[in-house]
Amino acid sequence: MDLVTQIGVLVLAAFVGFEVISKVPNTLHTPLMSGTNAIHGIVVLGGLLVLGEAVDAGDTLSKVILVIAIVFGTINVVGGFLVTDRMLGMFKRKPTPPKAAEQEAGK
Amino acid sequence: MITVATSFWQDPDFIDGLYILAVILFIVGLRGLAGPQTAVRGNKIAAVGMAVAVVATLLKPGVVPDAQTAILMVVGVAVGTAVGVPAARSVKMTAMPQMVALFNGVGGGAVALIAWSEFRRRFVGDSGEWDTTVMIASLFAAVIGSISFWGSNIAFGKLQEVLPGRPISVPGQQVLNLALLVVCVGSAVAIVSGTHSQALFVLGILVAAAVLGNMVVLPIGGADMPVVISLLNAFTGLSAAAAGIALDNFALIVAGTIVGASGSILTNLMAVAMNRSVPSIIAGGFGGGDAAPAGAPAGAGAGGTARSTSAQDAAIQLAYARQVVVVPGYGMAVAQAQHAVREMALALEKKGVAVKYAIHPVAGRMPGHMNVLLAEADVPYEQLKEMDDINPEFSRTDVSLIIGANDVTNPAANNDPGSPIYGMPILEVDKSQSVIVLKRSMSSGFAGIDNPLFYNPKTAMLFGDAKASVADITTELGSL
Repeated sequence: MDLVTQIGVLVLAAFVGFEVISKVPNTLHTPLMSGTNAIHGIVVLGGLLVLGEAVDAGDTLSKVILVIAIVFGTINVVGGFLVTDRMLGMFKRKPTPPKAAEQEAGK
Repeated sequence: MITVATSFWQDPDFIDGLYILAVILFIVGLRGLAGPQTAVRGNKIAAVGMAVAVVATLLKPGVVPDAQTAILMVVGVAVGTAVGVPAARSVKMTAMPQMVALFNGVGGGAVALIAWSEFRRRFVGDSGEWDTTVMIASLFAAVIGSISFWGSNIAFGKLQEVLPGRPISVPGQQVLNLALLVVCVGSAVAIVSGTHSQALFVLGILVAAAVLGNMVVLPIGGADMPVVISLLNAFTGLSAAAAGIALDNFALIVAGTIVGASGSILTNLMAVAMNRSVPSIIAGGFGGGDAAPAGAPAGAGAGGTARSTSAQDAAIQLAYARQVVVVPGYGMAVAQAQHAVREMALALEKKGVAVKYAIHPVAGRMPGHMNVLLAEADVPYEQLKEMDDINPEFSRTDVSLIIGANDVTNPAANNDPGSPIYGMPILEVDKSQSVIVLKRSMSSGFAGIDNPLFYNPKTAMLFGDAKASVADITTELGSL
């Protein structure tokens, strides 16, 4: 892509981001944050690309740097999605126990 | 690099198609996060999107040129998984803010490292000419990624209490930060314009940005953490987008920008909820700067005496209420009292008392912190009320039970123009019939501001550890 196309993509993505996120209620702000957090772990792609395509064969330091970058990116992605899943699993809907409790109280 | 597609799978159009699919999955997944019922699935959809993006990248011709590279990639991913999975599995819900900060930090760190290796290739290895826009994007990624990495680490340290949560500042902080920023930008200009020894400038940038990341977050106090964490999240997103421009990668640009946009929205929401501007928070401390004089006389000032109560009296008061509103704050997280609170609420509901929870947007240490803790304790989310929904209800509430919250209930924010937090939207607990405050001691809250609520004749203080106090109330409720 040329620069103008890239900037166009960026601007449109920003609008999509604003639109999608502004509907999220306060209750879900933490999972939202950790979910988007996981998504920016997409930088792991950058690590893979540069390591595979671009690094000079003899440049060991760069390889080390990039492997660390891949480690970091993977932690970000895997950890982020898992932790979000754990959190969201706890958000429960209709309270069956308290419902029963209310009925008991009503008796 | 060979660009001839060896098979359909490696066709550039097919790979771009996969990237587009990945981006669609991200957006659909994030839309799912807008509702508690669809959120779990939304997160999984986004995760599938990520898998698609990774596969697409590996399919690209030339990305896995030889066995050695493949091994390095597998090692990187395996180590990252080995670290990330147990951390995500075992982290306690009360420790979630620091976990999010840490995951965010490594993301920023990855961006900075990738940028660094790119610079090494161009300047040390001296291969290939470099487009100015690509260079600028890489520099941006390096600076912001590095700030995000170090800033997140400091935020982690503060939240984990490895570092003191108080604002830490050195004299001339603002000037120093500005100087560091000038060093970053100056080095960047030198590199872009340049014939200088660029490798050195790159290191200069990374180091200056690292110090800047530390210096920016150190003076920010614990209560401002919700703003800081979401801001750093936005930073990492933007740096990923910049890396995407540098590497000409569609998926990175879109995903990074979406995260940047969402982080910005959250940051702004948090700042509005504190009636403060983002720059003033970044410039450093409540409690550190001008709020300190107001905090100094706390405890002695504001006049009046606080009335203390016992768990037994509190239990009686609660048991005969029609509606109780629980106001949780960071103190509940520290005491890990969420399960005890749930037990108490169940005991009250058994007695026919309606229990609701009032959640201030900035209660705790990250956006939505209280919601996560109460969800962990099986509190149904319908009982969690946002500030605007619950405030009209306080006049109909018999007892407001405040558990480890302080500044978000301080009526001075409404009626004392001299207060440092004047104008901050609060939970109007002082409108309810009576108030019980669970608190360790009479010390003032994070902001160092005295809370007139404690001296209100309607208010009774129950001193002690929040978890123990709540458990005592539950026991007393059982014996009524």
